[in-house]
Amino acid sequence: MSSLLDSLSRFYASSIGKKLLVALSGLALIGFVLGHMIGNLLIFAGPDAINEYGHMLHTMGHGGLIWVARFGLLAAVLVHIVATIHLTRQNRAARKDAYGKEATRVATSASRIMIFSGLTILAFVIYHLLHFTVRVGNEYNNPALYTAMLDGQPVHNVYKMVIDGFSWAPASVFYIIAVALLCNHLSHGFASLFQTLGLATNKTWPLFQKAGHAFALLILVGNCSIPIAIWLFGYGR
Amino acid sequence: MKLDSKIPSGPMAEKWSRHKQDSKLINPKNKRKYSIIVVGSGLAGAAAAASLSELGYKVKCFCFQDSPRRAHSIAAQGGINAAKNYQNDGDSVHRLFYDTVKGGDFRAREANVHRLAEVSVNIIDQCVAQGVPFAREYGGGLANRSFGGAQVSRTFYARGQTGQQLLLGAYSALSKEIARGGVEMHTRTEMLDLVVADGETKGIITRNLVTGKVEAHAADTVLLCTGGYGNVFFLSTNAMGCNVTATWRAHRRGATFANPCYTQIHPTCIPVSGDYQSKLTLMSESLRNDGRVWVPKKAEDCGKPASQIPEADRDYFLERKYPSFGNLAPRDISSRAAKECCDDGRGVGPGGRGVYLDFSEAINEFGEKVIKERYGNLFDMYERITGESAYKQPMRIYPAVHYTMGGLWVDYNLMSNLSGLHVLGEANFSDHGANRLGASALMQGLADGYFVIPTTVANYLVTQKPGAVTTAHPAFKQALEDANGRINQLLGVKGKRTVDSFHRELGLLVWDKCGMGRSRAGLEEALRRIPEIRAEFWENVLVPGSGSLANPELEKAGRVADFMEFAELLCRDALDREESCGGHFREEHQFPDGEAKRDDENFCYVSAYEYSGDLSKPILHKEPLTFEEVHLTVRSYK
Amino acid sequence: MALLNLHLKVWRQTGTQPGHFQDIEAPEIPDHASFLEMMDIVNERLIRAGQDPVAFDHDCREGICGMCSMTINGMAHGPERGTTTCQLHMRKFRTGDTIWVEPFRARAFPVVKDLMVDRSAFDRIMKAGGYVSVRTGAAPEANEIPIGKDVADAAMDAAACIGCGACVASCKNASAMLYVSAKVGQLNTLPQGHAEKDRRTLAMVRQMDAEGFGNCTNQYECEAACPKEISVRWIAKLNRDYAVASVKEVVGIGRQQAGDGD
Repeated sequence: MSSLLDSLSRFYASSIGKKLLVALSGLALIGFVLGHMIGNLLIFAGPDAINEYGHMLHTMGHGGLIWVARFGLLAAVLVHIVATIHLTRQNRAARKDAYGKEATRVATSASRIMIFSGLTILAFVIYHLLHFTVRVGNEYNNPALYTAMLDGQPVHNVYKMVIDGFSWAPASVFYIIAVALLCNHLSHGFASLFQTLGLATNKTWPLFQKAGHAFALLILVGNCSIPIAIWLFGYGR
Repeated sequence: MKLDSKIPSGPMAEKWSRHKQDSKLINPKNKRKYSIIVVGSGLAGAAAAASLSELGYKVKCFCFQDSPRRAHSIAAQGGINAAKNYQNDGDSVHRLFYDTVKGGDFRAREANVHRLAEVSVNIIDQCVAQGVPFAREYGGGLANRSFGGAQVSRTFYARGQTGQQLLLGAYSALSKEIARGGVEMHTRTEMLDLVVADGETKGIITRNLVTGKVEAHAADTVLLCTGGYGNVFFLSTNAMGCNVTATWRAHRRGATFANPCYTQIHPTCIPVSGDYQSKLTLMSESLRNDGRVWVPKKAEDCGKPASQIPEADRDYFLERKYPSFGNLAPRDISSRAAKECCDDGRGVGPGGRGVYLDFSEAINEFGEKVIKERYGNLFDMYERITGESAYKQPMRIYPAVHYTMGGLWVDYNLMSNLSGLHVLGEANFSDHGANRLGASALMQGLADGYFVIPTTVANYLVTQKPGAVTTAHPAFKQALEDANGRINQLLGVKGKRTVDSFHRELGLLVWDKCGMGRSRAGLEEALRRIPEIRAEFWENVLVPGSGSLANPELEKAGRVADFMEFAELLCRDALDREESCGGHFREEHQFPDGEAKRDDENFCYVSAYEYSGDLSKPILHKEPLTFEEVHLTVRSYK
Repeated sequence: MALLNLHLKVWRQTGTQPGHFQDIEAPEIPDHASFLEMMDIVNERLIRAGQDPVAFDHDCREGICGMCSMTINGMAHGPERGTTTCQLHMRKFRTGDTIWVEPFRARAFPVVKDLMVDRSAFDRIMKAGGYVSVRTGAAPEANEIPIGKDVADAAMDAAACIGCGACVASCKNASAMLYVSAKVGQLNTLPQGHAEKDRRTLAMVRQMDAEGFGNCTNQYECEAACPKEISVRWIAKLNRDYAVASVKEVVGIGRQQAGDGD
């Protein structure tokens, strides 16, 4: 058993090991980001659709599955962050003296700010969870204000919460900035993870790259459409 | 002194196998007690160090580069010969042997060449097993190409980087043995002197090129795998660091230097463009398959762009002089013809030392695309260096020194006359005679390192008690003192001229008088001038810095000091050899049509020079060459 | 031939002492000279002026030995794609240019003097597994193992690496992944290298990590700087080989049970 742990810790200790974990956790998070966006877009299908979707998430598997998902996501986020912080620190240490004249030939700006975009997204995710999941500093947990009827059953009024949430300009602005950064993060990260997983070949790489850009754009447009519709165009208000 | 070549008896084809049978064996337990110093990590050095370590010997390997992988073997482009007969075109060990002896203009030792041809097949096996990515055919078999001086296809290659790939193979074997603890590798360490204790070669003196530390290393035998001396010409295709120091210092300690005048000139190099030029770059000879060589007929046209010189005013001199071989005439012949045109004032480009290699006809005939496929990388390289596109205007080429056949004299065991000193690869004289065929240098380096020395070194070692001499021996102290003294002397001159300016002056002189064409008058002049330059060097050289740190100028100074001495021996040998053969062309000895005139009656021997203590009076020893298998004939390429 | 007047900012450093940039004027440099020949001219002038010449590594000067280094204007081996410093020529510069000349910078490549760095970390990585364990004389007949032309060509693509370290110097993280992937990739691609594939992959990557190189973040600066234009897809292959070898190691599967990774 201890030799198994030894092997695992050697794997994590290695540069490629950590990168593989970053790629795999990144893949999981990409899946979440896509699912989350599709779910959120139900807002355009009206109150019942999104309220039912919210209710379904909370009652799946007698309310247990959502916790499985939450812990899974938390694990992915932790692995993604801890490993990248480790990697970044090693990368900084690998060149003690900076070049007097620095030049960049091909590295994209997105690829060069991954740690910043990532940490900003993290800050946003924490705010976003406090805002819509834990619901601190607002009344969204107040059943008197945020209950909707779905098939004659009282459920949490996700629809109203979202509309109210994004009616407040600062929330919308922060959201849009964060999604823009996420898009930037994905524009490098999506294709990059296939390189790290060793799936990129001369033939597949251009596809991964195009898919990455398309995906990043999709996430940007899809997610931003919600606050923009609500905050700027008064959707649902 | 008698030079005993120790050639085994028996029929030519059985000499090597008999010798292997008769060679001494050392049992594995005792092998561990013997230590071997290998100087140089090129094909010969790396192959020898790795193979000897595998056998169990304790090996110390030294190179002046920062990694053993960078030795100059890496620059060889074309390929490596082997008598595999994969093409079923009638190749055999005997044919490779014959071609090599003939290509060497009958100035090589038959038995050594035969052994070379025999082990050539093992080399390919070994390299393939190491993972050398030789070119392949679609069926998965090894591909071959043909090369100069042969009528069969026996050259194995890895794109245009065969030397690199073979060296990396040897380097990987060396790395394996370093990891195993069998080889202690010393990089950025240069050999300054050889240590001979009580008549036996027992070690070397080195300088650490980072710390400046001068150290003594003792072993039971020393292998010099230190390459050729082409940089005596200052400009050559050799790497900047290639030097004669190791072999020259060994010579001064008693090893005879054989055939120094056999130097090879490659006809297709990029010409010199100015006096700042530091080295010459070789362009593959294959270019002559499609290019036509010419110069203007009239000297006054030389300044004009090539396109403005009408067809009628062009002199396609190779086609004119050698109608049957034309632009594909052999290296030495094409080189001399180019020189003649330039001497005639009809050279092109900066300084008038260049001839055109014109592809316009080939481009018209086959299209630019085809030419690009064939030579794209070479055209790119040419453009990078000259800034000219060979698609639009003719290339300019000029001959340059790129290999030296001479070297320390060795017997069949690769041991020099100095007991315990073995010499491998380009550093020895043994296999190429007066001229080396293409794709044979790599073959010889690896043959010596992988297959010859592991067998023959035991013949010497059994005569020695392992570890009998240590660095405490007075000979080491003396050699250390000598080396330190020389360093201090160089640093102490504090004159006005840089090392490079002396090297350039010496090189130009040697190139001019002892390059492609040599005459008595020219050589005598060189022999007058060389001691003068040398004297000025020791009075007026300026070596900055100190000996106790990294100091590239000091390294150069030591090497140039040795070239200054060696150059004299080179010219003396050229003067002494009153015939023309292979790379040695004496203008006095030619047929009326300009062909080289060999004199088998008087010069069918190896010239081996002993150091007498007076540079102007080396003692000549002659090893007669006898030919049992091959009949001496005149090389003709008309 | 034109003459260029250049301003150089050259890194000067002795051993582990802190270094600095020295401003050196380089007037009348022939534009046909190579970059190293320009440095030769500068050094000749420094020596004659009684100053310490700039130390730099160089040897073959034809782009194959991998000895020359130098980061020129922030780019390893200078601005020309697929070209080593020794093959870079001054006609790529304009008179009046300021040129920054620095060593290859990485913690794993400590400066020896001025522009010379110690790249022995690469040798130690090779020592960890960059070979096929075959003894001299123990090789089978060369044509006994057929190797498809495409496989041989791919191996040759990787084998073209000259070990200069430009990949490390140009990488934002001073990572050696392109070098290691080329070395591992060559042998892992060929059948001769298969027996030791997993062992080699793990050992060489571990040695790379131990040397203090950074990690690959898939920015591909290395490929852009590589004088031999080695493809970053070799890094993908190394990642794949490493993942397979690691899983086998973690779970404890021998090669016989697992079959081949590729």
